[in-house]
Amino acid sequence: MNYRVKNLMAKSVMQICLLFFVVFLAFPLVWMLSTSLKPNPEIYSRIPTLIPKEPTFDHFRAAFGQQDLLSGIYNSFKIGVLSSIVVLIITVPAAYALVRFQTVINKSVMAWILVSQLFPSILIIIPLFVLLRNLALTNSHIGIILVYTVWSVPFVLWMMRSYVKAIPIELEEAAFIDGCNRLQVLSKIVFPLLVPGIVASGLFAFVSAWNEFFFALVLLKTPKLTTLPVYLSRFTGSEGMTRLGPLAASCLVATIPTLVVFTFLQKGLVSGLMSGAVKQ
Amino acid sequence: MKRRSWLGQLGLVLPFLIPVVLFSVIPLLRGIYLGFTDYRFGFEMRFNGLENYRYMLTDSYFWSSFRVGAIWTIGTTLGQVVLGLGLAQLLNADLFGQRLARILVLVPWAMPPVIRGLMWNMVFLPDTSGPLNYLLMQAGMISQPINWLNSVAWALPSIILVGIWGGLPQSAIVLLAGLQTIPKELYEAASLDGAGVLGQFRYVTLPSLKPIITSIVSLRFMWNFNAFGLVWTLTQGGPGGRTRLPMLFAYEEGFRYGNAGYAAALGNVMVLVVSLLVVLYLRKELKESEA
Repeated sequence: MNYRVKNLMAKSVMQICLLFFVVFLAFPLVWMLSTSLKPNPEIYSRIPTLIPKEPTFDHFRAAFGQQDLLSGIYNSFKIGVLSSIVVLIITVPAAYALVRFQTVINKSVMAWILVSQLFPSILIIIPLFVLLRNLALTNSHIGIILVYTVWSVPFVLWMMRSYVKAIPIELEEAAFIDGCNRLQVLSKIVFPLLVPGIVASGLFAFVSAWNEFFFALVLLKTPKLTTLPVYLSRFTGSEGMTRLGPLAASCLVATIPTLVVFTFLQKGLVSGLMSGAVKQ
Repeated sequence: MKRRSWLGQLGLVLPFLIPVVLFSVIPLLRGIYLGFTDYRFGFEMRFNGLENYRYMLTDSYFWSSFRVGAIWTIGTTLGQVVLGLGLAQLLNADLFGQRLARILVLVPWAMPPVIRGLMWNMVFLPDTSGPLNYLLMQAGMISQPINWLNSVAWALPSIILVGIWGGLPQSAIVLLAGLQTIPKELYEAASLDGAGVLGQFRYVTLPSLKPIITSIVSLRFMWNFNAFGLVWTLTQGGPGGRTRLPMLFAYEEGFRYGNAGYAAALGNVMVLVVSLLVVLYLRKELKESEA
């Protein structure tokens, strides 16, 4: 009896804690949503309310009327898609080769993946900036796609390796015995099995490009060429304070693609991280 | 045969290796070298040995930015992992609202750091139109609104709170995946041996999660120490440098004042500090797991 009471109490405490976490995690987002739907007098009211009294879509209309926001979305999307395609093209074959043939290259590549996490981006951006300027690739989308590609490649390779490892080598051997050549084994057996992993890794590369700020801040100077985070970062301080409504609307619009992607990606990301964490 | 497979591997790996070496490894090595020169953008470069580091020792901005960086890194990492462990436990128990919570944890994770910053700007608004000030005043905890991000006392704690908010979900999800791999029998055995909830946590949960916790702490530590975008949008390093993390300081030196050599030297010191701390931490963890 005593045990049951104790159990019930523990459960209530946990329930309250979970509620606290939910509020903590959700509140800023809910508040931004509310700000984006409120007319200006309500936003700057001394007595703020969570639920807009007279909800309006004006701020979304104003946000989409901004040419810079639209070009920011377009640029971010283009850079994200192109860089993740390049990442996949160079990483998928490499991941396969690294798992299936164990040679000296493996250790150096794996060491690089770990070491590259250590370095702050300031150390790489200065020489890269000079290099890209000499190639006339600063303030150009080709330059930033190049940078995003090499920057997200280590983690994508890490993820892809665990997907390749999950394919039993017996499957490939059986196909060889049945008379397939290497190319047929790759295209008919390995590739179809890797598709979920390729999708997850590609989405991951897209999201890291979509979210990235530092390199874009340094490399893209023309407002027309700049990405969404750099465009939005201009609204810090007093400039943003006076236009909170459209700012909130733009931020929501910018969050939706990553949110959708992450809902799909959640499982793959965790297993990718886990395979690194658990097997040491 | 062996030779052929080696060549075959090289063929598949080469398209990957070339861009990584050209645009990542070489620039990085060059960046390390730049830290030992007086390079300024657009000027001749001259090797000057340890001159940058000698200057750094007398540079009060350097000391204050690394002090701020240390407080920020320890505060956010600790918060992310400890609260992440708590949240993972809750998500693993059978509770009401769990589905909602599992979706919600994705939100901060999926957001660009810049937007996390802008969003919290709205929560931190300096007058009573900001919800945080309004709620705290209604609750009687403060008598007048606080200008959170511009206050000498509150700016750093405020950005640490936002840092925890942004990193907590990922830690929680990875730890949750770890929790789900712990066999139920272990808990049953511990409870038969008389372990209560706390005892089970201490003797079953913690030891089982140890490798995951170790790797999350190391990764988080490195990521937090090198953070930029979030703090840039929240405070730009202000007020008076109270939130100027090492990355912000190095960015300003390099790209605002053009002192590329000095900025690279700061980068070198950042690598040194982080790798030293991570190595010390990993050694301690390994020793404990052997003992």
